[in-house]
Amino acid sequence: MIAPDALFDAVVGPFLEFAFMRRALAACLALALGCGPVGVLLVLRRMSLMGDAMSHAVLPGAAIGFLAAGLSLWAMSLGGFLAGLAVALLAGLVSRATDLREDASFAAFYLISLAGGVLIVSLRGSNIDLMHVLFGTILAVDDAGLLMVAGISTVTLLTLALLYRPLLVECFDPGYLRAVGGPGAACHLVFLVLVVLNLVGGFQALGTLMAVGLMMLPAATARFWAERIWSLALVAMAIAFASGVGGLLLSFHLNLPSGPSIILVAGTAYLLSVGLGPVGSLRARWFPGRHLEA
Amino acid sequence: MIAHAMAARTAPDDLVRLHDLTLGYRRHPAVHHLSGAFRAGSLTAVVGPNGAGKSTLLKAIAGTLRPLSGRVVLTGAQRRDIAFLPQQAEIDRSFPIDVLDTVLLGHWRRVGLFGAVTRRQIEQAGEALAAVGLPGFERRPIGALSAGQFQRVLFARLLVQDARLILLDEPFTAIDARTTADLLDVVRRWHGEERTVVAVLHDIEQVRAHFPDTLLLAREAIAWDRTDDSLTAANLKRARAMAEAWDESATPCRRSTP
Repeated sequence: MIAPDALFDAVVGPFLEFAFMRRALAACLALALGCGPVGVLLVLRRMSLMGDAMSHAVLPGAAIGFLAAGLSLWAMSLGGFLAGLAVALLAGLVSRATDLREDASFAAFYLISLAGGVLIVSLRGSNIDLMHVLFGTILAVDDAGLLMVAGISTVTLLTLALLYRPLLVECFDPGYLRAVGGPGAACHLVFLVLVVLNLVGGFQALGTLMAVGLMMLPAATARFWAERIWSLALVAMAIAFASGVGGLLLSFHLNLPSGPSIILVAGTAYLLSVGLGPVGSLRARWFPGRHLEA
Repeated sequence: MIAHAMAARTAPDDLVRLHDLTLGYRRHPAVHHLSGAFRAGSLTAVVGPNGAGKSTLLKAIAGTLRPLSGRVVLTGAQRRDIAFLPQQAEIDRSFPIDVLDTVLLGHWRRVGLFGAVTRRQIEQAGEALAAVGLPGFERRPIGALSAGQFQRVLFARLLVQDARLILLDEPFTAIDARTTADLLDVVRRWHGEERTVVAVLHDIEQVRAHFPDTLLLAREAIAWDRTDDSLTAANLKRARAMAEAWDESATPCRRSTP
């Protein structure tokens, strides 16, 4: 049995002792608050892989920002945001104006964008720079980075609160929303902007490739724990934050890279929930309990 | 003959007028040069073989499909007065939402994006659920409903919408006899309230029994009249003879537009 003192030292100690761990913790909390509900909506809209596509789309913008201004958070974030937004808008326009479905047009534009990004980085930067952009450094989050992540999650939560009703109806019954003249297309667009914003917020901490992990894994996990939209969002936030804490501690104690540690903790939570969660999991399928009277 | 019938139908109490309407996909007409009108307060069945353009016509009236040529004119109504129940609604039935919230969506025109739902509106939703035979189902998640129960919920939402023009696209397909009878009662109630109802249907006996007017459609209007005059054996035979396949090498239509 582990002594309570030792446990306290192992779990709380690193955050008390090191400012960079506290910053990383705050960044994780902010990311969890924004990414949780956005991820839940992505899952409900059957757009789980769209987040992945968007995270790739962000790369060339971040790379151009990096080449223009070095490792400047603002330049890279702005570039990433613009690139992600451009891909989202172009893909949306093509799918609305032509017969091509949205997933296919997303795939086309993000692949173009990703290839452009890799080309830019490999032309001008060294491999270590590429690793920075791809895998992030949450342990090096500075004040500016923290402010940005917190700002993004604030904007996200306020926007979601404002657009809650049309966003959900647009997920649930888009034909009806169109028939009653609701702003379905506008809501979809604002939502895509939120996705891009949150991915940009995540990429300094986790890198472009893994920012989407903190968005999708907790959201997919939440489906095994909750059945209403607000509870799904709360569970996703909690799991995302817990994964952040767990990942940071793992990375601190075992000297592992922080980004993959956080995502792997979230992945572990997902796998456990697939097996053991109370709603629609393997356990609920295989051992449903006695049937009810009516 | 058709032209004559149409001319006689253009009356001041028309709610929806179709002017030489051609609808279709990729320039191939699904509805070809259709003219006529739905009177305010009429209860019309739209009948015809598969591919006759029935669903396409409803989409055009609802305003979700742009005509290739011709016009749909809403003379006595606006788009906001239309309630449309599409055939295969793009509804995600695994979505975590309950029956009451689904029915409350019927209040959208009055509540909008941000407005609060009043206690009275929640009561109305409850009454609508009782009217379609689902009293007490308010808190059930929609994922737990059968296909028939879910269709009843959609009818409850139509009731709440309180629309003057109601478009139903094959509302009773894959629905059992009892549910169909209950929902036909709802349709009859709408007719009694002088709402205009247009329903795409397949069951000819059902149409004869419950629908005073019928548009027999086979790309063009075979007949559009009182049901007994529309659904004659000769007319039905003509409708069945319509070629469903489209002709890839069809040339542009040269029929003059009046």
